[in-house]
Order: sequence, then structure tokens, then C-alpha cells
Amino acid sequence: MTTSRKQDIILAGVGGQGILSIAFVIDSAALKEGFNVKQAEVHGMAQRGGAVQSHLRLSKDRIYSDLIPRGEADLILSVEPLEALRYLDFLRPGGKLITSSTPFVNIPDYPDKDALIGQVRRVPGSVVIDSEALAKEAGTSKAQNTVMLGAAAKDLVVGEDGLREFIRVLFAPRGEKILESNLKAFELGRRAAL
Amino acid sequence: MTKEILLGDEAVALGAVHAGLTAGYSYPGTPASEIMEYLVRAARRAKTFVAAWSVNEKTAFEEALGVSFAGRRALVSMKHVGLNVAADPFMSAALTGVGGGFVVVVADDPGMHSSQNEQDSRFYAQFAQIPCYEPADHQEAYDMTREAFDLSERINIPVMIRLVTRLSHSRAGVETGEARPQNGLRYGDRQCWTLLPMNARAQFKRLLELQPELIKISEGSRFNNLELNPADRSLGVIASGIAHNYVLENFRDGANKPSILKVATYPVPEELIKRLVAHVDKVLVAEEGYPLIERSLKGFYGIPGKTLIGKLSGHIPLAGELSPESVRAALGMKPLERQAPSEFKPAGRPPQLCIGCPHADTFKALNKALEGQAKSNVFSDIGCYTLGYFPPYSAINTCVCMGASVGMAKGAAEAGVFPAVAVIGDSTFGHSGITALLSAAAYNTNMVVIVLDNCTVAMTGGQPTFTSGDRLLKIVEGVGVPKEHIRVITPLPKFHEQNIRVMKEEIAHPGLSVIVAVRECLEEARKKNKRE
Repeated sequence: MTTSRKQDIILAGVGGQGILSIAFVIDSAALKEGFNVKQAEVHGMAQRGGAVQSHLRLSKDRIYSDLIPRGEADLILSVEPLEALRYLDFLRPGGKLITSSTPFVNIPDYPDKDALIGQVRRVPGSVVIDSEALAKEAGTSKAQNTVMLGAAAKDLVVGEDGLREFIRVLFAPRGEKILESNLKAFELGRRAAL
Repeated sequence: MTKEILLGDEAVALGAVHAGLTAGYSYPGTPASEIMEYLVRAARRAKTFVAAWSVNEKTAFEEALGVSFAGRRALVSMKHVGLNVAADPFMSAALTGVGGGFVVVVADDPGMHSSQNEQDSRFYAQFAQIPCYEPADHQEAYDMTREAFDLSERINIPVMIRLVTRLSHSRAGVETGEARPQNGLRYGDRQCWTLLPMNARAQFKRLLELQPELIKISEGSRFNNLELNPADRSLGVIASGIAHNYVLENFRDGANKPSILKVATYPVPEELIKRLVAHVDKVLVAEEGYPLIERSLKGFYGIPGKTLIGKLSGHIPLAGELSPESVRAALGMKPLERQAPSEFKPAGRPPQLCIGCPHADTFKALNKALEGQAKSNVFSDIGCYTLGYFPPYSAINTCVCMGASVGMAKGAAEAGVFPAVAVIGDSTFGHSGITALLSAAAYNTNMVVIVLDNCTVAMTGGQPTFTSGDRLLKIVEGVGVPKEHIRVITPLPKFHEQNIRVMKEEIAHPGLSVIVAVRECLEEARKKNKRE
């Protein structure tokens, strides 16, 4: 956890990867800790396997714009490496980039993976996580989003217990097994980023 | 007071419920769908009001108008282009007036995230000469909706709420108030509601005479806000709706803030604008959508002795969505420092059909059936299947508006196109395809209509369809398509050859054929399984 009066986060990924689930966990936890929250998301056509992003703004002060201005984002958290690069110009100088290294290839001109990761590494302090391996270890490859949430935990302005609480709220209705996998995915992601 | 996290769409819906809504109607369309989604869920719990999906926006509007006629509060919601479909009752409802408060919620899609154009519904409100609210945030979306019902009842005309994608699909905390009870039943006056010319003239006169009062009401609205900077007269900013957020975002530290007028209600609050303009040398107008306020200020001659900038002057792009950056540039501020973009431009990732989607199998078969037909054309429609435009299918040549596929195929066939094929989803067919098919059947036009029946409104999240399965087949037969040329296929890889054959046979038939490709949307089937 980091302490600040505000945090602007770009969540990135591909439609279906569970970006909105991560957003739900972070902003529910933030609201409980007394932050104001605005969360801009993508619905409709773009969701069908297209590039999706969510602008998540947390602040103790009033939040005006639903969109994060370019140069204001404190963090880009991406479940997919190509998508991490799409929003680089939103990041403020000194802002952090945390991304999965697992490509989601559904376009013919997908770039070389090593070149991609090379671009990610150009951002000082960037963190690259093998979300696919960790999610499988946790019990389901679908939990890559939760792995990435865990990987970002120490850089968020909300506490880890709050994140765990809302992971429970989100996944408990889907059964014990899915909940356990996601809690484990969160832990594995968290440790991988330490 | 309780605080809830809501989408902008949901804030409107909850505002309506708390305003004593008796019934709400809608047709799905991004970014408006979540209004009715919320109402349907809330109605299921409360069981005290009606929330129903309609066959199209015109029907939805008329259903809501009937509720209002009966003295009770009604809401109709739709996306911007949906108002084109409902434009007929919309324009005349301004003349009939209302019984119970009547609120028309229209969600515009600047930037065309999920739409075929980016028309600005405020012009429709201006056209119909009715008031319009434009919320800047979620709290306003809730508060304005409540107020809109009261205003509508008080001045006896429909009131519009104009949303944009960024507010519709953004979440934030909303403080809600006590719910108001519903109105009792009360019938409309037949003289007002029967728009025979003699009555309509009187009603139109009433609407025209109401206009000065509407301007006064707008000028006095608590949602507009004028802040003059006495120390600096160089610049004044007029910002409406979400554009106001982008302006304030750039003065978050409070320093060097120019005079700012926030416009939240229409007709344009003239007096407030005059006061701002009188105070400053240069005026910037920032508004999401088309330059409505700016154009009214500019007129033919501009503002004598002052500089006016905005979209018309090129300081803000005319097309697309505003952003904190585009407004910042227009304010003459230098861009924020930021991380350099990556060295290569990330490849685009357009949306695409899901793996295993039934539409994919239909398009594969259709492409095969049309092989060697150099002059063939496939007229498509609005839905997931519009994604058949992209490789590897590249199967369609048009997409214009709901239902256009059938009418365009008929026209093209009559112009000499062969084979002329229309591809339309089951819900889109119910929305606007039936009348066009009736016309094609009346002329027995040489064309093939393929109805993609996936048993749902898929693109917008799986709302119910009214023209699927057996009812769809009965409608097709009922409008006069010969039974032997109504063919049902199952779009699955194992029936690929068979499906190509059916398509080829119907293309060869020198008259109208309808092929119904039936297979449930995978995404919906998955959701259904989860629920069971």
C-alpha cells in the first residue's frame, strides 16, 4: 500500500479478461476507505475481444473529469502486454507500469513478444508478471486479472485487506472453488511483485 | 441519505424510480442500455412499477406517452439514433403536452464508440422546443432526473435528459433521497391529445408562447453556475455537461481560473451568457457534441468587439469526443509532461465475433455460396454480425441504420444487383425489418433475406428479443413470403455444406426468399447455464 490523497489508474486488457472485475474490487475498497471514486469503462461493441480500458480515479478531494488526463496516471495496470503500451502517454513522469507478460493474440499483426517486453522495460521501474503461469498455479487460467491485481497491491492507495474483502464479495457467489483460486491468485501475484 | 456507486445511466434510472415512476420503456442501444437494465432489475424487486423492453424506440416512446396520458409518470430511454426512430411521436408530443411527468432520456455517443454517427440530441430538444437537462456528473444525473419529472408536469410538456457515453458508462457515488409516491390515474383532455389540424394549431401556439418562460426557467436553474473572475477579464469559458469537468480538471489547483459559466439546462440560459460575455474579452465555448451554444453565440456576425473560440474556430475538434487534453489546448495551456509513447505504434485490436459464434458459420457459408458471383452484394444491419465486415469474413458491404439491410437490398435488386442479399439479426428484424420485408414480399423482389436468429439482443448484453423462433417464422410467412422459400438452417460447422446448398438454391430462385439461421448466442447460453 502506498499513501497519497489521490491515485489515477489506467486498467488495460482485452474484452473478456476481467478488467471491470479488478476495477470493482479496487473502487469498492477505496470507497470504504473514504475515497471519492470515478470509474470510466467501456461497454458495447468494443467489449467483443477488442482493446478495453478503464480509467479509475481515486481521490480524497473532488474528482472532476471521468477520464484521466494524459500525463496524470500514477499507474498503468495491464492484463496484457500489448495493451499496456497502448496507454503509455497517460502515465505521468515517474508513474508505474505493471503488466502481464502473457500475450492475448487475436489479431494477425501481433508484434514479437520479446520486442513488446523490451518496450515495457523502457519505462523505469516497470514490473512484468507471468500471469498465465501464476493463474494456472492458483487453479484457473481465468484468474490472470486477479494475479495482476495482487501484483499491484503494494502500489495501490487502498489496503490489501480491503482488496481481499471485495475479492470475496465478487467471487463468493461463483462458488467456493473459484473464490479460493482467486484468493490464491491474488497472493501469488502479490508475492511475485515484491 | 445513502450513497451508492452507480453508472451515470443507473443514476438516471434510480432518479426516475425515486420521482414516482409508474412505467419505463426502452429499446437496447449503447450507451443507453443500462438505464432500462437497472429499471428492470429494480422493478423485479419492487413490483410497484413497470419496466419493459419494447420492440423499437418509437413503440417505447408511444407506450410511455400512453402512461403520461393516464396522468402517471413515464420515462423512455434510448441511444441517440434511437430518437430518429422515435422522432415522429417525439416532435408531436411537444404539442399534445403531458399528463404525468414525461422524461425522454437520450444517451449520445460522441466519438462513436458503438454507433454509426455522433448526432447531438440537444438539437432535437431545440427542434421540438422542449427543455433539456445536461448532467455533468452522476449526482446531477440523479437530481436532474427527479427535477425533470416535476418540471414536465408543471409546464405540461416532455423534458429531455441528455447523456453522453462518458457519463453513461462511468461510475461514481450518488447521494439519494426519499422516494416520492406515484401519481394517481387521470385522463388527458381529448382536445389537447387529438392533433387534428384545428387542435394542433392551438397546441402549437401554446408551445410557442411557452418559450420565453422556458428560457426564464433555464436561466434560473440551480444547475447552471456563473463564476466571474473580477481580477482577470481576458478569458471567459462557457462549458456544458461533461465539458465542464474537463475545464475544471485543468484548474484543479484553483490558480488562474478564468470566469466560467456552466450550462446545464436548455433552452440556452441567455441572460447568464450575456453576463459572462460582457465581463470578458475572449470567450471559449466547450461542449460535447455539435457546437450548439457556440453557433447560437456566433450567428452570422460573431460577437462584436470580442473573440469567440471553440469548435467552429478550430480550437476544439469538431469531430470526436472531448478530452481533458483537447480542452486544455483550447484553454491555451501547455500539455502536461508525460511518459513517451512506445517506439512502435501498438497494432489496433478491433472488436470481433466470439470464437464459435453462430454468425461466423453463417458468414462462412454465405461467402462460399456467393463465390463466383462477381456482382453480389450483402447488405447488413446493426448488431454483432456487423463485425462480419472484418477479416477473415469480410462478408458485408453496408451498415447504415436499424432495418436498412432489407430495404437497401430491395432497392439494389431493382437497380440490377444480383444476388442481392440482406443480413439482419432477429431483434433488428423486429425493430425495423418487418415493414421492409412486407414491401419486398408485395413486389416479390428477387433477393434473399437472411435472418440471423440467435435468440437475443447480443451486442448490447443479451436483452430479450420479440422476434425469435416460431414467432419469427410466423411473421415471415405472415407478410407474404411463400412458404417453400422460407428455409431454416442451423449455422454449425457440421452443416456447412448443407447450408451452402440452401443458400445457393434460394439465390437461384427468381423472387423473394428468407433463410432463417437459428442458433443461440454462445455468450447468452453461457450466462443462462450459470444462472441455472
